[in-house]
Amino acid sequence: MIKSVLVINTQGKPRLTKFYDILTVEKQQELLRSVFGVLCSRADNVSNFVEAESIFGPDSRLVYKHYATLYFVIVFDSSENELAMLDLIQVFVETLDKCFRNVSELDMVFNYSKLHNILDGIIFGGQVMETSSAEIIRAVEEISKLEAASNSISLVPKTVSGWRSR
Amino acid sequence: MEQLKTIGRELAMGSQGGFGQSKEFLDLVKSIGEARSKAEEDRIVLREIESLKRRIVEPGIPKRKMKEYIIRLVYVEMLGHDASFGYIHAVKMTHDDNLVLKRTGYLAVTLFLNEDHDLIILIVNTIQKDLKSDNYLIVCAALNAVCKLINEETIPAVLPQVVELLGHSKEAVRKKAIMALHRFYHKSPSSVSHLLSNFRKKLCDSDPGVMGATLCPLFDLITNDANSYKDLVVSFVSILKQVAEHRLPKAYDYHQLPAPFIQIRLLKILALLGSGDKQASEHMYTVVGDIFRKCDSSSNIGNAVLYECICCVSSIHPNPKLLEAAADVIARFLKSDSHNLKYMGIDALGRLIKLSPEIAEQHQLAVIDCLEDPDDTLKRKTFELLYKMTKSSNVEVIVDRMIDYMISINDNHYKTEIASRCVELAEQFAPSNHWFIQTMNKVFEHAGDLVNIKVAHNLMRLIAEGFGEDDDTADSQLRSSAVESYLHIIGEPKLPSVFLQVICWVLGEYGTADGKFSASYITGKLCDVAESYSSDETVKGYAVTALMKIYAFEIAAGRKLDILPECQSLIEELSASHSTDLQQRAYELQAVIGLDVRAIGSIMPSDASCEDIEVDKSLSFLNGYVEKSLEKGAQPYIPENERFGMVNISNFRNQDQLEVTSHGLRFEAYELPKPSVQSRTPPISVASSTELVPVPEPSYYRETPQTAPVPSSTDTGPSGLKLRLDGVQKKWGRPTYSSSSASTSNSSSLKVVNGVTQVDGVSSGNSKTHETSYDSRRPQVEVSEEKQKLAASLFGGSSKTERRSSTGHKVAKASSHASEKFHTSKSTTIYSADNVVEKPNLVQPPPDLLDLGEPIVASSAPSVDPFRQLEGLLDSTQDPGTFGGTKAPDLMALYAETPAGGRSAGVALPLSLSRDGDKFNTRIVKCK
Repeated sequence: MIKSVLVINTQGKPRLTKFYDILTVEKQQELLRSVFGVLCSRADNVSNFVEAESIFGPDSRLVYKHYATLYFVIVFDSSENELAMLDLIQVFVETLDKCFRNVSELDMVFNYSKLHNILDGIIFGGQVMETSSAEIIRAVEEISKLEAASNSISLVPKTVSGWRSR
Repeated sequence: MEQLKTIGRELAMGSQGGFGQSKEFLDLVKSIGEARSKAEEDRIVLREIESLKRRIVEPGIPKRKMKEYIIRLVYVEMLGHDASFGYIHAVKMTHDDNLVLKRTGYLAVTLFLNEDHDLIILIVNTIQKDLKSDNYLIVCAALNAVCKLINEETIPAVLPQVVELLGHSKEAVRKKAIMALHRFYHKSPSSVSHLLSNFRKKLCDSDPGVMGATLCPLFDLITNDANSYKDLVVSFVSILKQVAEHRLPKAYDYHQLPAPFIQIRLLKILALLGSGDKQASEHMYTVVGDIFRKCDSSSNIGNAVLYECICCVSSIHPNPKLLEAAADVIARFLKSDSHNLKYMGIDALGRLIKLSPEIAEQHQLAVIDCLEDPDDTLKRKTFELLYKMTKSSNVEVIVDRMIDYMISINDNHYKTEIASRCVELAEQFAPSNHWFIQTMNKVFEHAGDLVNIKVAHNLMRLIAEGFGEDDDTADSQLRSSAVESYLHIIGEPKLPSVFLQVICWVLGEYGTADGKFSASYITGKLCDVAESYSSDETVKGYAVTALMKIYAFEIAAGRKLDILPECQSLIEELSASHSTDLQQRAYELQAVIGLDVRAIGSIMPSDASCEDIEVDKSLSFLNGYVEKSLEKGAQPYIPENERFGMVNISNFRNQDQLEVTSHGLRFEAYELPKPSVQSRTPPISVASSTELVPVPEPSYYRETPQTAPVPSSTDTGPSGLKLRLDGVQKKWGRPTYSSSSASTSNSSSLKVVNGVTQVDGVSSGNSKTHETSYDSRRPQVEVSEEKQKLAASLFGGSSKTERRSSTGHKVAKASSHASEKFHTSKSTTIYSADNVVEKPNLVQPPPDLLDLGEPIVASSAPSVDPFRQLEGLLDSTQDPGTFGGTKAPDLMALYAETPAGGRSAGVALPLSLSRDGDKFNTRIVKCK
């Protein structure tokens, strides 16, 4: 099971935090800090895996990937495969990239709810649900369309309009 | 700067209204982004919270504004601030009819609330309604909330709806419904126990995605109880076969691989089902073999599947062909330049090593490279592997390495783990007493406060009992070497408390035993310890008891007692100590000193810590006294368990008048121990014991383990001491005693081990000497030689020669790269040559022959080795170059794969690629 998905920028500011276990806000912050502490102390050319038992308790592993100014982190237990989790990060980033066309840290900040939609399309209740980015985008797009249709207050995110015009 | 520019761009876009967020929010994000310190950030966020608090309660907020407020709340909470004032608004939002608002509301509540939050009650109703909605997006949002927010008590409220959704027309909904059921199973297995058959049914869902989702709960179910799912083996195998043969729609491909995540999950399930089941395993061989052959090893996900295959192969009933295939993949992983693959390779090696131990030898150099890698994760994984392959032949090298690493790290969690592993290995495989003591000293010195106290007790017992041999001289050698090493260490500053306890105990018990050190020298040292660790009462207690023992032994030996002034003052100081335990010990000491030789001989017989003490638990010698007291009208003693039982009963039946008596009972229960303790005092012959008994404080008990050595007196000793031991056994004695029985079996096995490894120690010593002579001749191959040496000591004695040479051939046949082939076969011949002569002697024959084998080792090794070894060294130095060269194209492909397969052309991705590229370049340079 996946325990948590974190996106932290290189200055240690959280950009997306999702915990599939129930934790208090203080605990979440503490974990974020220790994860960031570990990540920024790691060199560039080492493995993407980190021992996480001292942070997240027994039977937990951590996989991270560094893209530009962001760390993408997945914490999970022994029922998942490290390399596969690394690819899951890849799926997530690929999907973001397609959704936002050259995703940047700012897209993530400003499209907070969409970000969650995408993540919820990939991981559901701590389990991997979908790994095809085309499929995820289709679902997210559908949501946006329906939202737009049902929406009297016309809230059309820029990226969706961008998608239609493609 | 870059960031600021992009913010500017986004701002411009934001003001055009494309974003849907107000300028305020953008300003907030921007100012947080620019905050220089945490304090500044906090200030900004607090100001935001204030303004949100004010505005969110304003009447008539437009919905769009409200949505933004909620998002801002989520953002604030992500930054670690309390946004609980707004939770209720998020809950309200879930009630809204508008899809966007409802989804935003659900998103916020899943992030804000936990399953036990008070507000959940307000949502359950909405969730129930939404699960029945026509709009599948609403259903999905509700299912999302179900996963996070429904707890054990509320499961029944939504369960029927969720089950109904298993038949929904949209596969996305079916998938989520399965996941939700899975979540329920996690939270409360009993709540869905009658629905488990649904998971089996859904395995046949028309949509492969739903089938894939079903594998998650099935994996959990099978983990708990594999036997009830054996009938599914054939289905799982056929599904896996279909997936691997590309029969799923193209949409399920990921990087040209058919549904890798489903394959991984199926392999995991098969591993569980095939474990220890030959019949089930036989169904799997073909398909796993197919995947080994087909799987594309150039992509990350392909390797993930291959790794899972190895896990599966090592878990199911072994099949030689598959093991070979697995070994090939491991070889590829370990030779890869990617740290990730090396990590997986080491992990896989650890799994496979149980089935075919000889496989480790092919990879000895790779393993050592990983051990010396700067990457901490990889290093730790390698230590885990070494831990798994430790034997009596390589324990010294491995434990030494572990200790070195333990000293070098600061992470207490891992330090504890590695320390306990060192202790475990040392106890299991120790080649000699001396080595064991030295190793334990190092572990205690550097991680003493982290290891379990039991380890210290075990060590004391081991020193006292020796290795279980009847050979008394060996035991006394062990003791005097321990004493010597402790006297050496004792002066070092800041030793851990646990270690000091061991030191004090051993010095007290055996400090003067061999006559090497005078009593005044030892007592002086003990006083120093007590003084310099004056805040640690446990250590002081141990030190005082040790003093007492030394003085007692002196008196018993008929020597004149010479109490150092500092000891005298220490004793006086402690007899006025605040700690009753220390006080008691000090008085005991004074009393013991005052006794004559004969009395001391019976209280403190020397070297009797291992004597069994017969404890008269019924205290029959007090019967007369008890009867007398009873006649005088004293209360009869009620055993403790009955006392508790009575209290319990009175609690249960606590009706009417019983309540009064229950009070009376409880009162008596607490009072009782006192009379019984007093009843024990009179018969005690030694005057001092009267002081020590009537203090049954918890602290007294807590400290009792240290007095365990004291009761080493024979059963004729004063009853006060006996009573005390009784307490020790009841409260703390058990665990150590039970473990003692376990470790006696250990130590008996150690006996055999001892013989083997002492021999080995000699042989390694020899190889060292002739290898140092190489050093002077060929300084340029120093590093690689060191590694070779390490490899030899790690892997050298690990298996039989015949096997080794045969694997060497196998590798030669199997491996595809000429250079690698040469390399591996070469290195194996080195070690087989090294060991051909002596190993059979070392490993196979019974221990008696070992001693004979030893001289052969010494004489034959130098005569055979030098040239061959040199040859090997040269080869291995040339190797990296050729290795890098042949491997390079593969690597290129690997990195080229990412953009092609990823279909991504973003800012972020290329960045990472260029980083990888850099890494690649440096590698090449290094190789050349």
